Amino acid sequence: MKAGGSLSIWFFIGVSMLVNGVLITGAGMWEIASHADNPVLALNHHASIWWGGLLLIFGTVYCYRFSPARERPRNAGKS
Amino acid sequence: MIHSLAILAPALLAVSTLVHLSPVDLVIIVFYFALVLAIGLYLKERANTGEDFFMAGREMTAWVAGLAFLSANLGSLELMGWAGNAYKYGILAAHWYWIGAIPAMLFLALVMMPFYHICRTHSVPGYLKLRFGESSRTLASISFAFMTVLMSGINMYAMAVVMRVVLGWDIHVSIWVSSITVAVYVALGGLRSAIFNEVLQFFLIWAGALLIPILGLVETGGWSGLKARILQNLTEQHVANPSSYTHLWSTLGDFGNNPMGINWVGIVFGLGVVLSMGYWTTDFLVIQRVLAAKDLRSAKLAPIIGAAFKMMVPFIVILPGLLGLALLRDPHTGNLLRLVPGDLAWSDAGRAQGLHGYDEVLPLMLARYCGPGLLGLGITALIAGFMSGMAGNVSAFATVWTYDIYGALINKRASDDAKVKMGRWCTLLGVGVSIGTAYLVMQSQSIMDYVQALFSFFIAPLFGTVLLGMLWKRATPAGGFWGLFAGTLSSVGMWAWVKVNPEAVKYVALSSRAQEQAQNMFRALWCCLICVVVTVVVSLVTKPRPDAELRGLVYGLTDVPHEEHVSVFHRPVFWAVVVGAVFVILQIIFW
Repeated sequence: MKAGGSLSIWFFIGVSMLVNGVLITGAGMWEIASHADNPVLALNHHASIWWGGLLLIFGTVYCYRFSPARERPRNAGKS
Repeated sequence: MIHSLAILAPALLAVSTLVHLSPVDLVIIVFYFALVLAIGLYLKERANTGEDFFMAGREMTAWVAGLAFLSANLGSLELMGWAGNAYKYGILAAHWYWIGAIPAMLFLALVMMPFYHICRTHSVPGYLKLRFGESSRTLASISFAFMTVLMSGINMYAMAVVMRVVLGWDIHVSIWVSSITVAVYVALGGLRSAIFNEVLQFFLIWAGALLIPILGLVETGGWSGLKARILQNLTEQHVANPSSYTHLWSTLGDFGNNPMGINWVGIVFGLGVVLSMGYWTTDFLVIQRVLAAKDLRSAKLAPIIGAAFKMMVPFIVILPGLLGLALLRDPHTGNLLRLVPGDLAWSDAGRAQGLHGYDEVLPLMLARYCGPGLLGLGITALIAGFMSGMAGNVSAFATVWTYDIYGALINKRASDDAKVKMGRWCTLLGVGVSIGTAYLVMQSQSIMDYVQALFSFFIAPLFGTVLLGMLWKRATPAGGFWGLFAGTLSSVGMWAWVKVNPEAVKYVALSSRAQEQAQNMFRALWCCLICVVVTVVVSLVTKPRPDAELRGLVYGLTDVPHEEHVSVFHRPVFWAVVVGAVFVILQIIFW
């Protein structure tokens, strides 16, 4: 599904997941590096690292797969 | 506006709160607001005609329409209200996701979607106009517009409560910031912008909420460990029949065996047949997303895709409520935490005692598991839920107002340009009225009970009218109107009867022990039956429309394209059978 120009909705989703993944993974690494004393960490098994990492991978794949550069030739081929 | 949010945040966070946001959490939230506004701005150029603004150009794929179809329903009521209901009623709340949704969504896909799609209507009231005439459309559109702004206000209110409880944000600031954002991106890009954002919000909701059940099940030792803890905790608290909190069907033989005070008749017929069918097949808020599909196959596949994901929503909504029953303890005393009704928890006395309402269970679980970054994503998921629900209501309201009230009653010669302008203004007006409604809803006792009452007023009789209109060609315009009118009136009448005389519940809901939800189920059942009976009787004594006028609107007079040339894996009916089979398996597993 394309928007006004060549940007797909899936590209927006990729950007969102990628940015959130970077921020959350970064926050998780900071917690480990700074030995943060947060009781939540005992229960969440450092989810910031692995969950943030999953979002980052998902976002990267979507950004690449639906990037405007890759979509443009495909759209041109259809028209 | 984002700038304003950033300025306001430090001041807001100075208040005592359930959790404290770190800078990274704030960045995640601000990024979300920036992205949804950017999408609205980006799509502004594609919202110049009525078809673009109100129907998203009718070019959505099955996946986009299907995810938007579900996401428009994933408002605050889904995320917070049903997590609260799961805490209050146990796993019985999952009925609203399974029997209360899946059969209806599949029925919409396979039976009703062809009529909606082939007649090219702009709205559900628009279908009534084609099938039954102007009077039925007027009644349905006015009642829908009324219900929609109330729903939107409820969404806003629920969001503001979460923001206050979790973050200490001022309730008024939350209402205004979120509603202005929705107003901007829907007014700019119309339905296409609403749908794009709903798909984005769908992903954010899952990304932000999925961790809670995963970590919760790890902590409790899986489903069997969770059940054991709930049983132990409820037994400690002397709750009657505690095992009913973890069984879907086995306690529905009698009204007194379960915390909801309902039996299987109410769940199967009131919820599964009437309320759910009414909502998922005639509520224009969700139907509008499917009407935007690019072709009939996509329009049929979209609700099936929505149903597949709907079956999984209890994982992020019902499970956190059950986990709350099993795990939440007072941080000071270590005793089991018992949540209470919202009006008690949020009263001055309740707040002084540190009480928490049922609807706070999801934020409480979020605070339990989410550290910096994840908390920001979790809060973003909640905000995304609220905004997708609100955008759904506002865009549907704008369409129904413009086509079925303004275009039909006020300015019948309105040009396409005038309708788009009216749509943009209506979006702003709808948001304004919703804000007013949010302030009214602050006085309401329980968010979900209130909404269920509204559903049964309008949605249940509407289902009877639309279904007869699609499947029975003998139904006449007079029959359609009077059936809808009688059904709506009887529903309001039964509700008022119980309010005035609480003892009447034993007649309306067949049991004096029936709780609010059970009363809504039975009221919906009766008013739908009244609608059907009145429609049939009036139709039989009035003159039917000629067959030629009903082509494309009624079963037997509509040529539905066949799908023999498509492989079995591309046929909607194949995927409907798969989803139906998983649905049955889930009922057996959690029986």
